[in-house]
Amino acid sequence: MSDDLRQIAFYGKGGIGKSTTSQNTLAALTELGQKILIVGCDPKADSTRLILHSKAQDTVLSLAAEAGSVEDLEIEDVMKVGYKDIRCVESGGPEPGVGCAGRGVITSINFLEENGAYDGVDYVSYDVLGDVVCGGFAMPIRENKAQEIYIVMSGEMMAMYAANNISKGILKYANSGGVRLGGLVCNERKTDKELELAEALAQRLGTRLIHFVPRDNIVQHAELRRMTVLEYAPESDQANQYRQLAKKIHENGGNGTIPTPITMDELEDMLMEFGVMTAVDENMVGKTSSVAAAV
Amino acid sequence: MTQNADNVLDHFNLFREPEYQEMLKNKKEQFEYPEPQEKLVQVREWTKTWEYREKNFQREALTVNPAKACQPLGAVFAALGFESTMPFVHGSQGCVAYYRSHLSRHFKEPTSCVSSSMTEDAAVFGGLNNMIDGLANTYNMYKPKMIAVSTTCMAEVIGDDLNAFIKTSKDKGSVPGEYDVPFAHTPAFVGSHITGYDNALKGVLSHFWDGKAGTVPALVREPNEKINFIGGFDGYTVGNTREIKRIFDLMGVDYTILADTSEIFDTPTDGYFRMYDGGTTLEDTAAALNARATFSMQAFCTEKTLPLIAEHGQEVVALNCPMGVKATDHFLMEVSRVTGKPIPEELRKERGRLVDAIADSTAHIHGKKFALYGDPDQCLGLAAFLMELGAEPTHVLATNGGKEWEAKVRALFDSSPFGKGCNVYAGKDLWHMRSLLFTEPVDFLFGNTYGKYLERDTGTPLIRFGFPIFDRHHHHRYPIWGYQGGMNMLVRILDKIFDEIDNNTNVPSQSDYSFDIIR
Repeated sequence: MSDDLRQIAFYGKGGIGKSTTSQNTLAALTELGQKILIVGCDPKADSTRLILHSKAQDTVLSLAAEAGSVEDLEIEDVMKVGYKDIRCVESGGPEPGVGCAGRGVITSINFLEENGAYDGVDYVSYDVLGDVVCGGFAMPIRENKAQEIYIVMSGEMMAMYAANNISKGILKYANSGGVRLGGLVCNERKTDKELELAEALAQRLGTRLIHFVPRDNIVQHAELRRMTVLEYAPESDQANQYRQLAKKIHENGGNGTIPTPITMDELEDMLMEFGVMTAVDENMVGKTSSVAAAV
Repeated sequence: MTQNADNVLDHFNLFREPEYQEMLKNKKEQFEYPEPQEKLVQVREWTKTWEYREKNFQREALTVNPAKACQPLGAVFAALGFESTMPFVHGSQGCVAYYRSHLSRHFKEPTSCVSSSMTEDAAVFGGLNNMIDGLANTYNMYKPKMIAVSTTCMAEVIGDDLNAFIKTSKDKGSVPGEYDVPFAHTPAFVGSHITGYDNALKGVLSHFWDGKAGTVPALVREPNEKINFIGGFDGYTVGNTREIKRIFDLMGVDYTILADTSEIFDTPTDGYFRMYDGGTTLEDTAAALNARATFSMQAFCTEKTLPLIAEHGQEVVALNCPMGVKATDHFLMEVSRVTGKPIPEELRKERGRLVDAIADSTAHIHGKKFALYGDPDQCLGLAAFLMELGAEPTHVLATNGGKEWEAKVRALFDSSPFGKGCNVYAGKDLWHMRSLLFTEPVDFLFGNTYGKYLERDTGTPLIRFGFPIFDRHHHHRYPIWGYQGGMNMLVRILDKIFDEIDNNTNVPSQSDYSFDIIR
């Protein structure tokens, strides 16, 4: 493993567009001459489909289960090379409702490190599901793993809530290790005062909004073709947005901060400040809209 | 008869008394739903056939009696080899009871090791608090110089991060900030005890050499003329390590034994309880970075440790449990090459004596067939020794052996006519071995205590070898390495051969025409 290897991770609420944002951004990073390895840490195994143009690649854990054990795997079996020579690995995991996906992440990352998957790349990017639900999903933020975490969020309350929770996870490891919060990436949902809210949340978390990615249907068009926007429409405005984000991330090395997560109450207060939520009349809590209208 | 105080029967005899026999018979008939005797015999005979063997070897989802233990056992063993070090296993308590009893039953010595006693709440919330309290308690109650942390399955499944936990514990004042707490992740469901030994030793060395988890600058290597020696996970560590020290002293070699467990597993009874005894000092462990070379007697026990050492600029010499004349020659010549010290006359004489002893007894060993199972290195060392004696290592099996080991054993077979027709079985278990012994019988079986079930089932006489040996005492005091070790192994093999000859020739006026005084 080379010493100047950059390791980053994308976290965020499920469905927020982590995988889409990360793959587009990483595709843009290759234009800066960077050699990249993507490690998908989501049992759904959809972190590399836009790079590989495939529905889902064979995962480390599914191949290990077939072969009998992880020790029986070779790195060539699990690593695929896609758009602009980006190397792709999916950790995979059990079917919903059984087993332990967190342990799967630990097993996969250990396997990749021990078998030289990180040799000869400039960037390793971990794409991690929804929330830091257990120790396994914190594996990418342990010491000597990802140096900066980018949280993908939007102006929706639950996305901000998740971003705050992820910050708590980072904080836990930041004191004992080197992991830092690189910044928030706001994936526009066209909610009220989205930019302002994202910036305010970033400030509260002691970080910055590194980029505001506007909503553009072209992402959907590219996605349906299992392509990044960078590949599908390299001249488009949206591709330029990802290029900007890539450049910012590239220049952000070593500039991460230790996050300062806030409480649920503080988060709600913040939403009220921006008028997104009106001050809650305690009498209204738990009442349906028809009941509330009748009062 | 029930027991009476004037004539207390031990369990051998007590349960043969009529009332117990009656009770056991009733229990079987009334509650155990026994199969008819004919069916039992029929199935038992069927399991001895080639047909059953083929089915047995097609087994995919089941392991029966694996000949291996789990990672933390090896990690605890390695940790005990350092001066005043308390092994600390982060996880549930029962696991640690197992490591302690397993080691104590083999070495007949108390084994000190603590647990962070994780319970249900720790499984849910993570074991950080257990680490904080556990380190503080260990430090204050047992006053070790170092606490070496490893993990059980439970902590590994929930993904506890030792590095972060230990740093947090230090911040919370469990132990002083500069106190040595090396660690290794040792999930029991990966690899075996030899993997755990490797991880733990690597954890200790990288702790001292690479800046104690980022708290001090990494050491800079200043090469000297010393050599390091690593024994690996070894049930004969007491005898072996002392023999190696004797050899090095005879040669005048300046050395450091890393993870020296020879004293802690052999403390004297002289009125003092020694919670810690002997072991590699922490200063020597740090200074081992400067050595000219490191010898590993069991390469499969140091698959990750040796590359770490090599990366720091040392030569590494990897051996596979060298036993007998040729392997000991190679070992000594390598030590001589690396250190520039000649092999002394004393050792030459020992070599001559071993060759002489082998020659004296060769008629009895030549052409005998042996089955053996155990750890990968020990199987390699023993198989090579047997071939040197003119015996055939017909079946060689290691549950924790992999493809690389399999290829090495094959290459060993191919190097001598005595390896012809011999087979290697990587990743197989003792139920596979049972089929092998029935379908392709051998004269003797080498294995640990669990081999006695195979001996009983198949009638193949067992020569106890490896770890654990619970039912014979003190074998761990006698080396199997060096020419003296070769001599010990030779005597052990011959004793069994002669016992068997006597057993087969002792019926008066039938077979006792060969019940000879002289063999």
